[in-house]
Amino acid sequence: MTESQVLPTTYVTQPGAIVTSSGRTLHTDEMIINMGPQHPSTHGVLRLEIVVDGEIIVDVIPHIGYLHRCFEKHAEHMTNYQQVIPYCDRMDYVASMNNDHGYAVAVERLLKIQVPERVEYIRVIMAELQRIASHLIAIGTYGIDAGAFTPFLYCFTDREKILDLFEMTCGARLLYNYIWVGGLSHDIPPRFVEQAKEFCKYFRPRIKQFNDLLTYNEIFVKRTANVGVLPKDVAINYSSSGPMLRGSGVNWDLRRDDPYSIYDRFEWEPQVGKGEVGTVGDCWDRHIVRMREMEQSVNIIEQALAKIPEGNVQAAIPKRIRPDAGEVYVRTETPRGELGYYIISDGTASPYRVKVRAPAFVNLSVLPEISHGAMIADLVLIAGSVDIVLGEVDR
Amino acid sequence: MTPQEIFDDLKAQFGDGILDGKMDAQQPWIQIAGGRVKEICEYLRNDARLSFDYLSCLSGVDYNDGRLGVVYHLTSMGLRHKIVLKAFCTKENPHVQSVAGIWGTANWHEREAFDLIGVVFDGHPDLRRILLPYDWEGHPLRKDYKVPEFYDGMKVPY
Repeated sequence: MTESQVLPTTYVTQPGAIVTSSGRTLHTDEMIINMGPQHPSTHGVLRLEIVVDGEIIVDVIPHIGYLHRCFEKHAEHMTNYQQVIPYCDRMDYVASMNNDHGYAVAVERLLKIQVPERVEYIRVIMAELQRIASHLIAIGTYGIDAGAFTPFLYCFTDREKILDLFEMTCGARLLYNYIWVGGLSHDIPPRFVEQAKEFCKYFRPRIKQFNDLLTYNEIFVKRTANVGVLPKDVAINYSSSGPMLRGSGVNWDLRRDDPYSIYDRFEWEPQVGKGEVGTVGDCWDRHIVRMREMEQSVNIIEQALAKIPEGNVQAAIPKRIRPDAGEVYVRTETPRGELGYYIISDGTASPYRVKVRAPAFVNLSVLPEISHGAMIADLVLIAGSVDIVLGEVDR
Repeated sequence: MTPQEIFDDLKAQFGDGILDGKMDAQQPWIQIAGGRVKEICEYLRNDARLSFDYLSCLSGVDYNDGRLGVVYHLTSMGLRHKIVLKAFCTKENPHVQSVAGIWGTANWHEREAFDLIGVVFDGHPDLRRILLPYDWEGHPLRKDYKVPEFYDGMKVPY
């Protein structure tokens, strides 16, 4: 094995020049520093190769794959479609419900089956609770990135309450395997509706509290306003989705624009960034979109809890899943954005090909674009505002 | 526009660059020539009646019959229509034109398809492995992929 095969290309010096992994030759006053893979503010095992000129970022080259376990290969090797669901759980491990929901919807479209009303309602409630829980992590850890520790504790306190609801439903706190193709693994327990209503009532005023504590905090605003601005056209060109896209002022939410499940029955509004304290599409805008989305999720949950019908949640679960040969691409809105499952069936009991379009993967790809010219300290905030979960980036 | 109208429009514009179309599928798709992907996609994005500005997903597929495929899921945010494109190549000559210059998001998707399936995207600015280590051999999502016994001289435990 030659030396160039062993060493990362970063450190291979050609005569008189240092070249980055993407092939960029450094100028004399530039240098490379590595952030990660073991760095607390990369929110997981992400390595950022940063070319800096003093304190100013010239280029960022993300290196991903440290958590890669080839979900797609696993999915193709399962003996049936239901077995893939626990692997879906482990992609975006802070929003497992949404991952399962997307997969279940995709396979159901492939099978062309309808699920009972009660299942749809429970799925929506779970997905929105999970959205709040996921945004709470995003907001809490983002506070830490900006140097505010207290909001993190507040956020995790409230997230615990949601996890308690999940635990009483399906026994698991993080990886649920709850939403199955055609139904659910368990019906909700008797006191669930009451406790979820209590949570909504408790949580609404908490959002204002978070805003007072963090969102409008002067230091936080100064650190995030006008930082990492993602213009509208770049956001669309890079297929950003979720709060990343809406933060840039694009009114696009798959729950409304490519409806799935029963989201069209509820009254709620997608939230967009308006540049209230800086430029449209800055880090603060992405943060405020998450804050406001939590409120919208509470709206949806309350409406769904009020109307939840009776029924058997396992009535439509197929005994054996053998879709006709064909393919389907289904996208759903997770807390991070558009989660797409492209499933090809060859008529057998296991999927022929599953490709996951992971929102965090796609959102992260725009990071180099929005970090040019920022300070190193700001990169932490820019990367934090993208809200990546490396389990999903790497799959 | 409906998928049929999009197909007719492309057929009129590019003739034999459009190879096939399946309009009665659950999600209609159009097969395009791998060597003309770039001009077709540029037209799809820039034409005002089509304006496919959002590339949802780009997937590589091994069809296990000697063909590899690249599947593009396109959406127009303004006009709210969707279409699926497919471009095929052979395993011996796995070349398809890159669309990274048209949609920025294609950059990483194409690197992933190159990494896992082994499709080579001509004209890609930075075609490196993305998920697997840089010195990995082979493309794991190919159907004929053999799991290696050794990695870097170390025996892989299973």
